Amino acid sequence: MKQIELNQVSKYFGEIEVIRPLDLQIENGEFVVFVGPSGCGKSTLLRLIAGLEDVTSGQILINGKDTTKLAPADRELAMVFQSYALYPHMTVRKNIEFPLRMAGLDKKERNKRVEDAAKALNLTDYLERRPGQLSGGQRQRVAIGRAIVREPTAFLFDEPLSNLDAALRVGMRLEISELHKRLGATMIYVTHDQVEAMTLADKIVVLQAGVIEQVGTPLDLYHNPKNTFVAGFIGSPKMNLISGNEADKMGAHTIGIRPEHLSITKNTGLWHGVVGVTEQLGSDTFVHLNCESFSESLTVRADSDLSVAYGETLYVTPDLTHLHKFDKNGLRFDEKA
Amino acid sequence: MPRAVTTQKKILNSAISWALAIIIFFPIFWIVVLSFKTEGDAIRTPIEVLTSTWTFDSYAVVQERSDYFKHFSNSVIIAIGSTLLGIIIAVPAAWSMAFVPSKRTRGILMWMLSTKMLPAVGVLYPIYLIFIELGILDSRTGLVVILMLINLPIIIWMLYTYFKEIPAEILEAARMDGANLRSEILYILTPMAIPGIASTLLLNIILAWNEAFWTLNLTAAKAAPLTSFIASYSSPEGLFFAKLSAASVMAITPILIMGWFSQKQLVRGLTFGAVK
Repeated sequence: MKQIELNQVSKYFGEIEVIRPLDLQIENGEFVVFVGPSGCGKSTLLRLIAGLEDVTSGQILINGKDTTKLAPADRELAMVFQSYALYPHMTVRKNIEFPLRMAGLDKKERNKRVEDAAKALNLTDYLERRPGQLSGGQRQRVAIGRAIVREPTAFLFDEPLSNLDAALRVGMRLEISELHKRLGATMIYVTHDQVEAMTLADKIVVLQAGVIEQVGTPLDLYHNPKNTFVAGFIGSPKMNLISGNEADKMGAHTIGIRPEHLSITKNTGLWHGVVGVTEQLGSDTFVHLNCESFSESLTVRADSDLSVAYGETLYVTPDLTHLHKFDKNGLRFDEKA
Repeated sequence: MPRAVTTQKKILNSAISWALAIIIFFPIFWIVVLSFKTEGDAIRTPIEVLTSTWTFDSYAVVQERSDYFKHFSNSVIIAIGSTLLGIIIAVPAAWSMAFVPSKRTRGILMWMLSTKMLPAVGVLYPIYLIFIELGILDSRTGLVVILMLINLPIIIWMLYTYFKEIPAEILEAARMDGANLRSEILYILTPMAIPGIASTLLLNIILAWNEAFWTLNLTAAKAAPLTSFIASYSSPEGLFFAKLSAASVMAITPILIMGWFSQKQLVRGLTFGAVK
């Protein structure tokens, strides 16, 4: 069942078009991630769904009901903000209780729901503290608690992990994923971090300059990017995109090959290059080769036990079954994967 | 890097600061001194004034001649009433300008401030006539309204600058949590702005307490606050320095005590939220 539906939604800030008219369907229980570089309009799109910004044109349906003109409070959505946006003058208990108080629930029911949420999020010991006395991760959990108590139709997350340090971010990412599985609720999540997008999403929406570039499952986007933008944006390290002579030889304007689809040898191969930086991650080693035939360096994934020296010449050969071909507009035209 | 300040410079700075403070404080000090003298001693040379005998006579006469507590209660009602009324009107106004500004918000703010630049006497006549028409001349209600209007631009400006410091995301979170406009202002914005509202309150009570132009011109007997009480001692019969001083001391003491206890909020209020 389609739960949230955007029909020809667009947004202007004054004269500037931030979102070009777009359509999007979000199914019940889906975890959808909006991803794209900063300024691509992903947060604006989320705020349009939330009702914090008015659409310039188009229609937003939630559970089949037209909510385009409804106030945020009447859309039955909950949102977790990047800055957590906790109420600093209220205790954790009052913060989590606030949406229930606004909904007019009685004290007993409110207490029960707050206690349940606090238990689920390991916040029971902190209920009487103020947000200022909590760590970043705890604040984030309070923000999530405040969102889950009302049992909303859908959850909106606006870059919720970007204020946390790297270790905590991985932990919270798992917690959010776990929460989604447990609640089975629809979640829309905005991030600029494609690793977060890949690991969390059922469906990824890649945005650039207010336009949806591609919608699909993480692996679908990874293996079948529609254009050079998605090809370069999804995947870490990035896909190698090569234009010029080598691409011409293969009958394309640009060819794309992921680092893991290049095999590396010391003596023979299709392309050769000089070793620049090598990044040893333990499980893998990424070698950056500077090839004469292309302007950009080539990233190659190699076994972690491969030992190469800076300045050494190496040979690489692409796995042609995983080669992507793009035309001069950047659109992929080979349909085999 | 901290600036290097030599000891001599520090001494010089301290000396200048003290000199300025003494110059500013001297008139108040002298009023206090004169209030404890007889009328005869009060007009002698400064040395003679200081060495003459001290007396409470002036205070006794002042209290006997005019009812201090009636004026005092008028002042309290007018100052607090006008400030509270102003805050009630200013909170929604400042909210809309801080959080949903339009292209003209800046202009409206400047326009409101510009009303403070006009000489009050310019509108005395029309306002006097309006007061007669409405039958609120020499009434506390009339004074509460006029002082509220006089100070409203300052109240709105101060609240506006405080509200600007509150992150908009917190108010958006409240909206997402189901708060309507009233709940948003009542449960989130106002509690968060308490320090700002407190200093606005204090500063405007002081401004209203000290306001002399409108309170003197629009009152006669019934609603006359402490400003009229002081002014009644500079009468056509001649100046009575000792009694005038005693009346002044009685009028400024309450507000001085209040100001003393709320110095911190006041300093923050006076800087209009500009220094953080």
